[in-house]
Amino acid sequence: MTTATLTGPRAAARTPVHTLRALLLGALLTFGAFGAIAQDTAAQDTDATAASADTAVPAEMAAPAEAAPAETTAEAVAAEAAADDADASQAPAPSADKGDTAWLMVCAALVIFMTLPGLALFYGGMVRSKNVLSVLMQCLVVFSLVAVLWALYGYSLAFTPGNAFIGGFDRLFAKGLDASALGATFTKGVYIPELVFFIFQGAFACITCALIVGAFAERVKFAGVLVFTVIWFTFAYTPMAHMVWFFPGPDAFTDADAAAAATAASGYLWAKGALDFAGGTVVHINAAVAGLVGAYVVGPRVGYRKEAIKPHNLTQTMVGAAILWFGWFGFNAGSALEANGVAALALVNTFLATSAAVLAWTAAEWIVRGKPSMLGGASGAVAGLVAITPAAGLVGLMGAIALGAIAGVVCFWGVSGLKKLLGADDSLDVFGVHGVGGILGAVLTGVFAAPALGGAGLWDYVTETGVAEYSIASQVWIQFQGVLVTVLLSGVVSLVAFMIVKYTVGLRVNEDAEREGLDIASHGEAAYEH
Amino acid sequence: MKLITAIIRPFKLDEVREALSEIGVSGITVTEVKGFGRQKGHTELYRGAEYVVDFLPKIKVEVAVPSDRLDAAIEAIQQSAGTGKIGDGKIFVVALEQVIRIRTGEVGPDAL
Repeated sequence: MTTATLTGPRAAARTPVHTLRALLLGALLTFGAFGAIAQDTAAQDTDATAASADTAVPAEMAAPAEAAPAETTAEAVAAEAAADDADASQAPAPSADKGDTAWLMVCAALVIFMTLPGLALFYGGMVRSKNVLSVLMQCLVVFSLVAVLWALYGYSLAFTPGNAFIGGFDRLFAKGLDASALGATFTKGVYIPELVFFIFQGAFACITCALIVGAFAERVKFAGVLVFTVIWFTFAYTPMAHMVWFFPGPDAFTDADAAAAATAASGYLWAKGALDFAGGTVVHINAAVAGLVGAYVVGPRVGYRKEAIKPHNLTQTMVGAAILWFGWFGFNAGSALEANGVAALALVNTFLATSAAVLAWTAAEWIVRGKPSMLGGASGAVAGLVAITPAAGLVGLMGAIALGAIAGVVCFWGVSGLKKLLGADDSLDVFGVHGVGGILGAVLTGVFAAPALGGAGLWDYVTETGVAEYSIASQVWIQFQGVLVTVLLSGVVSLVAFMIVKYTVGLRVNEDAEREGLDIASHGEAAYEH
Repeated sequence: MKLITAIIRPFKLDEVREALSEIGVSGITVTEVKGFGRQKGHTELYRGAEYVVDFLPKIKVEVAVPSDRLDAAIEAIQQSAGTGKIGDGKIFVVALEQVIRIRTGEVGPDAL
């Protein structure tokens, strides 16, 4: 038994639903004529509930490759079918944990609050007054568009069994996604309503797509943003979410063999053991690369580097950054999927890493540029939030402070030195903050998650205990592979998507419209009476 | 009659208004303006972007006075608006051909 097959990122993977839907349906169906496929081992005797939950797979889902846990012990089916029927009929049906459910519903709302109005205000304040409404409108409509796409097919592609790279169509048009469907958490036998998992994850998809608009703000065509969003969400977001977060749920990890099978049925990066607690790769690197490609393809704003293009309202930006921070407690701590100690750790790390990053950015700017700016402080906060995202529930408090401080300084370079090197007019520094902070956070998660550095290390889902051994070097290498896959996938999909948009609906407004401002030119309204 | 146009530091506006009231000036017009003279601008930094801002905010005060009050008015403005440092502003004086009070139709110095 190797670490790779038995252990996985704790809380790094989001729960799939397949097994859980299976268990609920299975438990019900065993009363009837459908024969539940049984799979079980010794655990069955000691824990009837969990055992039956693990094993019952309804006939309708009988595609063997998808029935992850069942498949592994198919030989046991016949022998134990009768016994299992009996067990299932005696065991209470699995139900959602009310505390976890309440917490996750609040977290979903917090993550939604991050985009509307948090991100919208953060971005809106940084553009010129003639473009503020266009940015708010892009955030609002991209959010709404992705929310609907999430229900139509996005959730299914991200979080149902398929192959290592993308899910299937089990939940197409939210089929079967009703109030009784259960989703797994990271603990065996603990469930939340799948609808809660759906909306929590949906809020992530929404903010990820909205993040991108900052990179080509102030000159992009509204229709172009929408078409791009549909393509990119479909071909970059859903596969990334699947690769990083999809696994068959902890109930599938009954023993070494079952764990190996469950890992094989997981997303590509999850199976590799890449740690991404709350979405450093899926959300931040993914969006930032799309933004950077967009900034290149759309081209610089008229007057870039010749005229003063200044933020019009940094008060808005500060309010937006603060709302982002507030909502991020739901984003990170909610990613534990349970209201437990891991969630508390993520909560505290979100508090500390962000503060450390504010201090670090402010200090760096003060030393290098002579004055500590408000925009710098707010940017530092977001940089810290981005960097701690993949590490939130995996590193210790001191690790979080170190991670945040490093991110503050490096992202300050990301929006100044690196930005000059890249040469793209990334209007609101989506890459400088989310890309640089995301990559840094992803790689450093491999360092600070080490138990020797106060981190949580890896998690053995079979025994539900931490794994003692941890190699920083090999974990960092895995983390790096996760970054690389994200950069490549998002880069290629973005480039293709922007080209499609460029030669169909068009990617940017004409120069007169850009001079006049997108608020008037694209939306027919003005934010302020001067 | 003369029209005095004074460009002053924004925070000196109240003192200038008081000084003019003391010498019997009964009305002024004030506009927020930007411009540059000998006073240097400043540098603003927004993340990686650095902008030199040459145009500084000033207040433009316009006041019409009878010719015989011109010197008193100029002295009042100069005294009240000055700090002795670069950036105190300027006073321009031009001849004023006619003044009409819209409500009554009074013309000339009576309308001031």
